[in-house]
Amino acid sequence: MAAEIPPLVFMRGITKRFLGVKANDAIDFDVRPGEVHTLLGENGAGKSTLMNVLCGLYKPDGGEIEIEGELRRFRTPRDAIAAGIGMVHQHFMLVPAQTVWENMVLGLDALPQVLPRKDIVRRIEEISERYALRVDPLAPVWQLSIGEQQRVAILKALYRQARILVLDEPTAVLIPQEIQSLFATIRQMRGEGHGIVFISHKLDEVLAVSDRISILRKGKKIGTFAAVGVTKEKLAEMMVGRQVFFNGAPPTTERGPVFLAVRDLVVRGERGNIAVQGVSLELRQKEIFGLAGVAGNGQLELCEAMVGLRGSESGDVLVQGREMGNASPRAFLDRGVAYIPEDRKGTGLVPSMNIRENVVLRKYWKKPFARGRWFIDWEVAAGHTGRLVERFGVITPGLGIPIRALSGGNLQKLMLARELSDNPKAIIAVQPTWGLDVGATEYVRERLLEQRDRGAAVFLVSEDLEELLALSDRLAVIHQGRIMGITKNPRALSEEDLGLLMAGTSLEDVLRGREERGDAPLPGPLRDPGTFFAGDGAAQKKAFRAEGGEGRTPWA
Amino acid sequence: MEMLVPILAAAVRSGTPILYATLGEILTERSGILNLGLEGLMLVGAFTGFSVASGTGNAWLGIAAAFLSGCLLALVHAFLCITGRANQVVSGLALTMFGTGLSSLLGRGFIGETILGIGGMTIPLLSEIPVLGPTFFDQDPLVYLSYGLAVFLTWFLWSTRAGLALRAVGDAPRVVDAMGLSSTRLRYLYTVIGGGIVAVGGAYMSVVYTKMWGDLMTAGRGWIAVALVIFAIWHPLRAVGGAYLFGGVGALQLRIQAAGTSIPAPLLLMLPYVFTIFVLFVISVRKGKGILLGAPASLGQPYHREERD
Ligand SMILES: Nc1ncnc2c1ncn2[C@@H]1O[C@H](COP(=O)(O)OP(=O)(O)OP(=O)(O)O)[C@@H](O)[C@H]1O
Ligand SMILES: [Mg+2]
Repeated sequence: MAAEIPPLVFMRGITKRFLGVKANDAIDFDVRPGEVHTLLGENGAGKSTLMNVLCGLYKPDGGEIEIEGELRRFRTPRDAIAAGIGMVHQHFMLVPAQTVWENMVLGLDALPQVLPRKDIVRRIEEISERYALRVDPLAPVWQLSIGEQQRVAILKALYRQARILVLDEPTAVLIPQEIQSLFATIRQMRGEGHGIVFISHKLDEVLAVSDRISILRKGKKIGTFAAVGVTKEKLAEMMVGRQVFFNGAPPTTERGPVFLAVRDLVVRGERGNIAVQGVSLELRQKEIFGLAGVAGNGQLELCEAMVGLRGSESGDVLVQGREMGNASPRAFLDRGVAYIPEDRKGTGLVPSMNIRENVVLRKYWKKPFARGRWFIDWEVAAGHTGRLVERFGVITPGLGIPIRALSGGNLQKLMLARELSDNPKAIIAVQPTWGLDVGATEYVRERLLEQRDRGAAVFLVSEDLEELLALSDRLAVIHQGRIMGITKNPRALSEEDLGLLMAGTSLEDVLRGREERGDAPLPGPLRDPGTFFAGDGAAQKKAFRAEGGEGRTPWA
Repeated sequence: MEMLVPILAAAVRSGTPILYATLGEILTERSGILNLGLEGLMLVGAFTGFSVASGTGNAWLGIAAAFLSGCLLALVHAFLCITGRANQVVSGLALTMFGTGLSSLLGRGFIGETILGIGGMTIPLLSEIPVLGPTFFDQDPLVYLSYGLAVFLTWFLWSTRAGLALRAVGDAPRVVDAMGLSSTRLRYLYTVIGGGIVAVGGAYMSVVYTKMWGDLMTAGRGWIAVALVIFAIWHPLRAVGGAYLFGGVGALQLRIQAAGTSIPAPLLLMLPYVFTIFVLFVISVRKGKGILLGAPASLGQPYHREERD
């Protein structure tokens, strides 16, 4: 082909070692102008490492980088930025204590010393509209949900107009419409001759947006392929080295009794706002109850209230019919409620503590881990941890290492191992497969299904609609702290319908849209409790009765 | 009301060295570096200021020299903590001990000597406002300079590009680094300048306030400033209020003693320190979360680019 036009980026023989581990082993990687080149690989394959080398954060142990045919040595990220490289990092590079607009302009040399705040805010609103990524420029970042932070991170990179844009897992927490608009942006940039590196674990997305795909496995490059004519199954197999199945789970036929119910719950959020505005729902044993919603619509606060981590303003949480009031998290724990939070390294695990300590954290006060009143029997703990690590396939150099050294997938496996090991009766799981590769995702989903079949009530909060549709027996959509509706038949809806509901479109409009598109009409939503119904109390009550709900409705 | 004026004016004057130290430390801590060497920096500043003023006969030269001496000592701290990634608490404590010892040793020859120092300067018109005038505008130039510094720092932190970077580096040095600014350079810069400002606070004691050198003359004001930074939630303007409050407690204590009471003097001398503990207790009970939010998130933690957090 056109050998005269040098690639925008040419990384040759990049090698990077961490404590003896070769995270990148002589990797060649190039990006041409006007193409989307996707990096694919399991957790820990070395994708982020390679891109961190490109953006100047990591100094490679070997290899060289050419930008438009010219050999460059990046000593700091500043050099890489000057060479036209922009990156949306996997772990967002945002300052939590500062506002969105402040984050957007941090490090921009082009601005005057005294910051023209009004102009900046206006400009952010403009580009936020242009790229259909909603953000509030004046909101402090720490108050934003992960999805909102992701939008800020992407906008921040777009604001800077880099020649080469690296997107490290940008779509994990976006709704379908946002992903579509991001893809439109990517295509537009590609058309303008930018080079784009895309990283994602969602193979459908990869196939939809890529021109070429490179696959990494354990730090080595397996190969680079044109994206046309490749299938999802083939990609997964090349990545993992074995076959992976994408089948959804069959819904359960028999549902158990209500285990945990939420009644007219009102919960305040971090900003003191009312984040959950009178939600009522019930989790039954032997079913997976999915909750779809754009992050930041109250699902986090709802979950925290459901496990005792956050007090409620009014309403109540009932575990096996018993009102919990504002009981402590341990009271919930003792009644068999397990929690898999969205931030694994914050609420879930203690990064600086080792695996053994993290595992016993949940029950060190109980036999057999407690030795007398004051001590912990570390031998028992080590034995228990060893067995869990083996059973859940956590890959680690040892039980004594701080868990911050584990990769994302292994962290989540450890989290599951700890939470599921003593057969909880209810599992509140928030974004349990966020950032995990296909293999680990499959693993986590299987564990959740296994728990359901064993008889647990599983509450699955996610922004991954494919996942929700594949796993949920019942599905609710939450928007601005209110339940938009609950369906007993999630598979009757499309991802687009759900995306619209998540964005706050009313159910009536969604149904009208379906009619206009000529989709199969849903049966009358309020008459037939088997399908979607509006989320107001009266309708829920009616539907509950129609379902043959026993006696008093839980939210009466 | 008129009776109060001398006490208020004294509160401002005795609060000024604390104010300088607090402002300097706010600057340092905003960049993510904890410097517990304030007491040492102030003592070295007080000594340097006094000896240079006495030697050259120029008090302003003394203040400038004090600033430089503070920068120099803070540079040692910065090198140990940023480049050497030493424990910041340990390095800071060492700095206090070093500064205390050094100033005692070198200051021996100056004990008993007095200088002209920097005198008062009444601001026309403003000083005629009842109560406020004599309290705030019948003072000396360094007091006025401290007002300006507090206002300037507030503006700098929240309105300028450099201030944005400073706040960011204290919270998330990794982000600042990835955005193409040098976290290391920023931290060096503000640790050094902050140290200089702290030392000016010490020099105020010897060159303006007492116009003499006394061994250990800062008497724990550096430690009060460390507490005041938290009291002020890392905000320069709140530091002004805090410093005068503490200055006022000190001034009041002197007056109570002078009036002759049966309360033993050591108990009265304890007053500012007891008050410090009390205030810290109250603010942390009342708004524990606010403090967490105000504190630079990476305070005291070294940053290394290729390490994971
Ligand atoms: N700063 C670091 N210090 C030590 N080890 C590291 C560091 N960064 C990466 N590693 C290790 O290098 C390997 C590759 O990690 P990397 O983050 O590049 O994987 P990845 O392909 O991006 O995975 P994921 O899909 O989970 O994001 C892993 O074994 C990881 O533990
Ligand atoms: Mg990665």
